[in-house]
Amino acid sequence: MKLKYLIPLIVFVVMSVFLFVGLYMNPKIVRPVNIDKAAPAFELQNLHQMTEKVSNSSLLGKVWMLNVWASWCVACRQEHPYLVELARAGDIPLYGLNYKDAPSDGRRWLEQHGNPYLMSFVDYQGNVGIDYGVYGVPETFIIDKKGVIRHKVIGPLSGREIRTCVRPVVKYLEQNELVNNTVPSEVTKECSK
Amino acid sequence: MIPEIGHFALIIALCVAIVQGVVPLLGAQLGIRPWMALARPAAQGQLVFVLVAFICLMIAFIYNDFSVQYVAMQSNSLLPMIYRISAIWGGHEGSMLLWVFILAIWTFCVSIFSKNLPDDMVSRVIAVMGLVSVGFYLFILLTSNPFDRLLPAAADGRDLNPLLQDPGLIIHPPMLYTGYVGFSVAFAFALAALLSGRMDAAWARWSRPWTTVAWLFLTMGIALGSWWAYYELGWGGWWFWDPVENASFMPWIAGTALVHSLAVTEKRGGFKNWTVLLAITAFSFSILGTFLVRSGVLTSVHAFATDPDRGVFILGLLGITVVTSLVLFALRAPKVGVGGQFDMVSRESMLLVNNVLLVVALGVVMLGTLFPLVVDALANYGIIPEKNKISVGPPYFNLMFPIVLAPAMFLMAVGPITRWKKAELPSLMQRMKWAAAISVTMAIIVPFIMGESSIVRTLGFLAAFWIAAGVIVALTERVKKSNVEGNILVKIAALPNSFLGMCSAHFGVSVFIIGVTMVNSYQVEKDMRMEVGDTVTMAGYTFQFNGVTQVAGPNYDAHRGDVKVTKNDKVVTNLYPEKRTYKVQTMPMTEAAIDTGLTRDLYVSLGEPVSRGAWSVRVYYKPFVDWIWGGCFIMALGGLLAASDRRYRIVTRKKVAQKTKSDEAAAAINTGSEPAKGEA
Amino acid sequence: MLKIISKAQCYCIIIFLGVCVLPAQAKEAASMAADPALEKQVMEISEELRCLVCQNQTIAESDAGLAVDLKNQVRNMVSQGKSQDEIVDYMVERYGDFVRYRPPVKPVTYLLWAGPFILLFVGALVLFLTLKGRKQQVKDTPLSDEEQERLQAILAKKMGANSDGGEEVKS
Repeated sequence: MKLKYLIPLIVFVVMSVFLFVGLYMNPKIVRPVNIDKAAPAFELQNLHQMTEKVSNSSLLGKVWMLNVWASWCVACRQEHPYLVELARAGDIPLYGLNYKDAPSDGRRWLEQHGNPYLMSFVDYQGNVGIDYGVYGVPETFIIDKKGVIRHKVIGPLSGREIRTCVRPVVKYLEQNELVNNTVPSEVTKECSK
Repeated sequence: MIPEIGHFALIIALCVAIVQGVVPLLGAQLGIRPWMALARPAAQGQLVFVLVAFICLMIAFIYNDFSVQYVAMQSNSLLPMIYRISAIWGGHEGSMLLWVFILAIWTFCVSIFSKNLPDDMVSRVIAVMGLVSVGFYLFILLTSNPFDRLLPAAADGRDLNPLLQDPGLIIHPPMLYTGYVGFSVAFAFALAALLSGRMDAAWARWSRPWTTVAWLFLTMGIALGSWWAYYELGWGGWWFWDPVENASFMPWIAGTALVHSLAVTEKRGGFKNWTVLLAITAFSFSILGTFLVRSGVLTSVHAFATDPDRGVFILGLLGITVVTSLVLFALRAPKVGVGGQFDMVSRESMLLVNNVLLVVALGVVMLGTLFPLVVDALANYGIIPEKNKISVGPPYFNLMFPIVLAPAMFLMAVGPITRWKKAELPSLMQRMKWAAAISVTMAIIVPFIMGESSIVRTLGFLAAFWIAAGVIVALTERVKKSNVEGNILVKIAALPNSFLGMCSAHFGVSVFIIGVTMVNSYQVEKDMRMEVGDTVTMAGYTFQFNGVTQVAGPNYDAHRGDVKVTKNDKVVTNLYPEKRTYKVQTMPMTEAAIDTGLTRDLYVSLGEPVSRGAWSVRVYYKPFVDWIWGGCFIMALGGLLAASDRRYRIVTRKKVAQKTKSDEAAAAINTGSEPAKGEA
Repeated sequence: MLKIISKAQCYCIIIFLGVCVLPAQAKEAASMAADPALEKQVMEISEELRCLVCQNQTIAESDAGLAVDLKNQVRNMVSQGKSQDEIVDYMVERYGDFVRYRPPVKPVTYLLWAGPFILLFVGALVLFLTLKGRKQQVKDTPLSDEEQERLQAILAKKMGANSDGGEEVKS
């Protein structure tokens, strides 16, 4: 009998637990849905060789990174030095997706800030961006030998993130066969921080 | 110096609030009169100090004191004076100060207009409000002090967010907060009743006008917010089921249920526990709203600067408030009597059904608002295997909300003419038959006149006309029985205000539903690329785009479009939508141009320049859209009428409190009032 | 309900994009109103899709760059004769269920979709039990205040002779 008067209290307590937990989550971060799915195929112009069209299928067989960038993107400037540094080390193939940018602007920007990319694809219309679920620039994908997206970083990369997340994930993919068709969580544990 | 005075005044206000919250409460529990007597002066003193604090902040804004961090964040030397004042509540810290200021005003009002209440009741009510104030003062002083200094001082301020540089900001937040905070009075009355163990009709009568007034402010606040969003956000939406909107809507639903439940408690002594629980719920949802808006747990179009630490604090406040009151409720409620008997068909049972439906509607809004958060939290901790976040938006609410409330809309017309205790179903059907016939006919004809018909539209109009017809039936029956000499208007005017208030509020709902149904069904929207001289025609109106000129405002530069609207070759109006860039925040702002009319709005908003001389322009024809806010205004007017009913003003001094119910009624008859003349 | 649109706050990049890149889409913009029926369908679908870069807006409302792109994508797909389901699936495949303002019906959302009806049912049940229990309780307490009140009511009714109908004088 008494219990029925406690129902409102119980409802409230349950609700506040969720509210409390919710405080420490970021509602704006959208978990990517295309992880462990085949990277959508595309064939795009090479930014520095506009007459040439390159397909991503030509990259099968190696672990590579696709970095979405644009000359109008302010945050890209922030991550750019780290990408240049990464490129200098030379052990991870880095490709760019020049997203919704005038090719001439893109080329000028790379001249100015350095070009870390083995090649940049021209996605002038942004259609490939949509296929990859890009919703902000910059974003970075790690794609394995079989052409499957294995990891995605939203927003500018930091030096720490490259060291503790990107590099280990790439190295793991290069050296190991995946067991459960996903990168083990101990490899990516630093990524969400 | 002035900011320090403000800060200091706030600290003193906190101290006074502590005294106000503790001493009279103990006095009432222990029966010590002098302690109880402290309640009123403490409440009044508290207002003085928080007023000082408020004025100090205002001075800092008026004189552009950019050594105050909050002023530097929210204002700018170019900002027009009126916005410098309203910028006080343009950000988090200042709006919290407004919150406690309004709370202090409510407490002050209680201390003034409670002459005919027993002392222990008044002491408890004021004390509970004092304790609520203490929580919010601590919140301000510990986490969000608007008087914090910025050293060195900023050369100039970062300016008020351009979206807030609008008359809407001047009036919407104070209205909304007055509503939110006003529920603290009903809450305090409920707790006082629980503490004293005396929950009777007298208690309901005392707290009822306060609740009604809070409700009417909240109604206005929400309506103004919706109207502001409509003309300010540039896409002509008026309600998006956004978390922040829901945060203000949930206390409103709870408050609406409370207003109805109080009617039963006052008239028939029933639903006491339920009423108390609703009073606690309404205020808890006000605090929950504050939490949702300021903690950043949910994503919203109308976001405040958010901060998890503040979130924890408000959640703590909410927790203390709710747990204390619900524990008290669980202890006391089982001993409360059930009140008068009534039949399955009676006004009580209809009001009870209405209450249940409103609470279910509240539950639906809460479910939809918090569900994404719950899924995200469970997924985050691996409790459910879900990778995706989910969104719950208008399609969900627009489907569920009317389903849940449809029976309530049906009862809304019948309830007011149903007798208390026991009514005859055949008689009700007899009395409503014309209302039914007319509303069904109208519901079929109107969509036909407007163009397209569909089931949803017909149902929408049916609900609206049914409610309106119900109001007319109720009015007619009362007028027929009136003994007052004179024409029909005189007779209507002579009816009790509480009855007229109910009619007005219900009629407002009808107007509101018409507005919603019309605009959702027959709105025409075009997103155009227009070159100079281009025209677009919709609903008989021709919009001609005559180019864009540059204009300069006090603190912004604008592109101003010139759109000539004609109908049958006659000029209706010229509209000047603007695209502003504010100098300090360099944020593009669309300022829609609207031609408002009784049966339609013409709405033009300027998009982006697409090529030389051509702009993207959005043009809307929105039939009956103003009825949405008009309906809310009529509802609020109903609240005002109900709260001004004579019976709340009969000063029979403290005798009333001790009286038994029959005595009370007898006294009312003696003073010539009309007790319990059926009104909901 | 203070409003600060997110656009400027977090994804200024995308807004910027909207301004810069729009010329490339101008042709499509011009053709927008060419087919009102198609446009209506585009708007209907767009109104159910969330603009990911905005705080909480549909792509129909938003002028953000990505929203414009996605709206154009919707328009293309509609003109190719794709159904609403196909278009929504296309978006979900890329952006997840988060883009849907109408959440899909699946185990995770069963509670969400059934919730209102469960609440209605519980409400009805509580109502029924309360009314039943109440009748019992009221009967069990003889000569309570309520009874007295009822007595008073009857007396009062006799006094106010013609008070049938909607009103009733208490006590």
